[in-house]
Amino acid sequence: MQTILRRIIQLIFVLAGICIVTFLLVHMVPGDPARVIAGDRASPETIEAIRQRFGLDQPLWQQFMTYAGNVFAGDIGQSMRYKRPVVALIGQYIWPTLFLTGYVVCLAVPPSIALAIASARRPGSLADQLIRFIGIAGMAIPVFWLGIMMSRFFGVGLGWFPVSGYGKTFADHLHHLFLPALSTAIWMVPVLVQSLRAALIEKASADFVVAARAQGAGEREIFWRTVLPNAILPTLNLFGVLVAFLIGGTIIVETVYAVPGLGTLMVNSLLARDYQVVQGLTLMFAVTTVVVTFLVDLLSAAIDPRARV
Amino acid sequence: MSMEASPASGATKQHAVTLPWSLLVAGSIVGIWIVLALFAPLVAPFDPTAVDIANALKGPSAAHWFGTDQVGRDVLSRVIHGARIDLLMCLAGVLPPLLIGTTVGLLSGYYGGTVDTLLMRLYDLTAAFPFFVLVLAIVGVLGPGLINFFIALAVVGWVTYARLVRAEVMAIRDSEYVQAAQCLGYSDRVVLLRHVLPNAFGPVVAYAVSDAVLVMLAGASFGFLGMGAQPPLAEWGVMISDGSRYIRQAWWICTFPGLAAISLGLGLAFLGDGLGQLRRGQVSA
Repeated sequence: MQTILRRIIQLIFVLAGICIVTFLLVHMVPGDPARVIAGDRASPETIEAIRQRFGLDQPLWQQFMTYAGNVFAGDIGQSMRYKRPVVALIGQYIWPTLFLTGYVVCLAVPPSIALAIASARRPGSLADQLIRFIGIAGMAIPVFWLGIMMSRFFGVGLGWFPVSGYGKTFADHLHHLFLPALSTAIWMVPVLVQSLRAALIEKASADFVVAARAQGAGEREIFWRTVLPNAILPTLNLFGVLVAFLIGGTIIVETVYAVPGLGTLMVNSLLARDYQVVQGLTLMFAVTTVVVTFLVDLLSAAIDPRARV
Repeated sequence: MSMEASPASGATKQHAVTLPWSLLVAGSIVGIWIVLALFAPLVAPFDPTAVDIANALKGPSAAHWFGTDQVGRDVLSRVIHGARIDLLMCLAGVLPPLLIGTTVGLLSGYYGGTVDTLLMRLYDLTAAFPFFVLVLAIVGVLGPGLINFFIALAVVGWVTYARLVRAEVMAIRDSEYVQAAQCLGYSDRVVLLRHVLPNAFGPVVAYAVSDAVLVMLAGASFGFLGMGAQPPLAEWGVMISDGSRYIRQAWWICTFPGLAAISLGLGLAFLGDGLGQLRRGQVSA
């Protein structure tokens, strides 16, 4: 219980830190922030009005208190380009991203588990070396290049899949997002396999495995009944890492395949200098990562009695 | 280390044999790219920026091995010159975070106290942001370009190095040779630089090489998104972005820079992995 309490306090501090960082982010823009918000062609009166409205004439800490208060109330800014609240924009663009994320997890997790088990069953065997090789090699592939190549080959060349957009129905989504999801999955499987393999091998040398062996359990039984269940926790922890990777990966892949999701919104807002949207998205991505990690920790504590102490 | 306890007892022997081999191959790949980059003007058959509209979008031929791009520039020459930018990205993207992080980690791990607590909180905070998102946001806010990309990497990246070094230093801090050095009356400076740092630096080097892969790919992605190196520059990500618009007629423009990035990435990735294994092997031997 105490651990959970400490985790919650830590969570609050990190969330406050995220607030500060995203607040400072917009203040790092070179030049007068009021002019940045108003745009290059705004008149001096407009700039003055904006300065008043956004409280930019106040001291920095006061501005931060206003920002933090707004964030707490669910207002994370206003898009200059779309003339709409950032929250509304996120609500509109989030679905393709969520769909894509789920799709990637479905495509990436089963083969990762299978490969990691195949690899960890016999460390050092040919299969293990091959999987390890693929794992390291996979990290070296630029995911946007892979996306372009796959859209050229399967999309344009063979005409099997659409090369952009999102579609209307569920089946449409599955069809449209197959190549984006596959590109991201190919890039993610190596990361997953490596972590999972390391976890499995580590468990294989644990004391309780030695004990099981001493009691006369067969190697097969040891692996499936002793090692594998104990590797659940590290796998779970992996999901925390996974989220950050997924968010980064989908940003690029969405841009390549013109998927109308949060990643595309982020890149377009950056290029259009729509800073409040960038700020809001950064905040949202960070909070998502932190909350998922926190939930994973809670779940680990629920499963593993040792983590509760 | 844990492999020995596994059912396959031949594992360690096999690893010891394959290790130097993969390290050698990986090292040579990286070495070749470094040589190509250093002597790019001599090696490249054409000027990477020479426009030749009459020969635009021509496929691979005897004159242009990798074909020409949309304004007739030689793709092979651009790939070779691109190695300069992409290797520079590795260097300028890894060294500043490494130096800052090692210094902070050394002090924080050795002395502990408030600085150490502060560092760990800062690490928690940085880890909260997806790496790519934070770097992207910072570059976007400062303005697209390589310099701002390096600044963003330094701001975000040093914390990981600091944490790595800190953990090593904390393990070394109470070891006998450090205590002996302290007893002999050496100053903290000498103990840190001559005794602690050399023993804590191994994992940092191995991590830095793997980090270089990440930085190179991030840099290429930024070039692709229009946030990194800017177009006239022959950077692999920028070239892929350029070529993707002509992919239907001219596959070669974005295929070859991509293969170049993969080969350099592979070389660095296996180099990092090999160095890490070498170090672990030394420890357990």
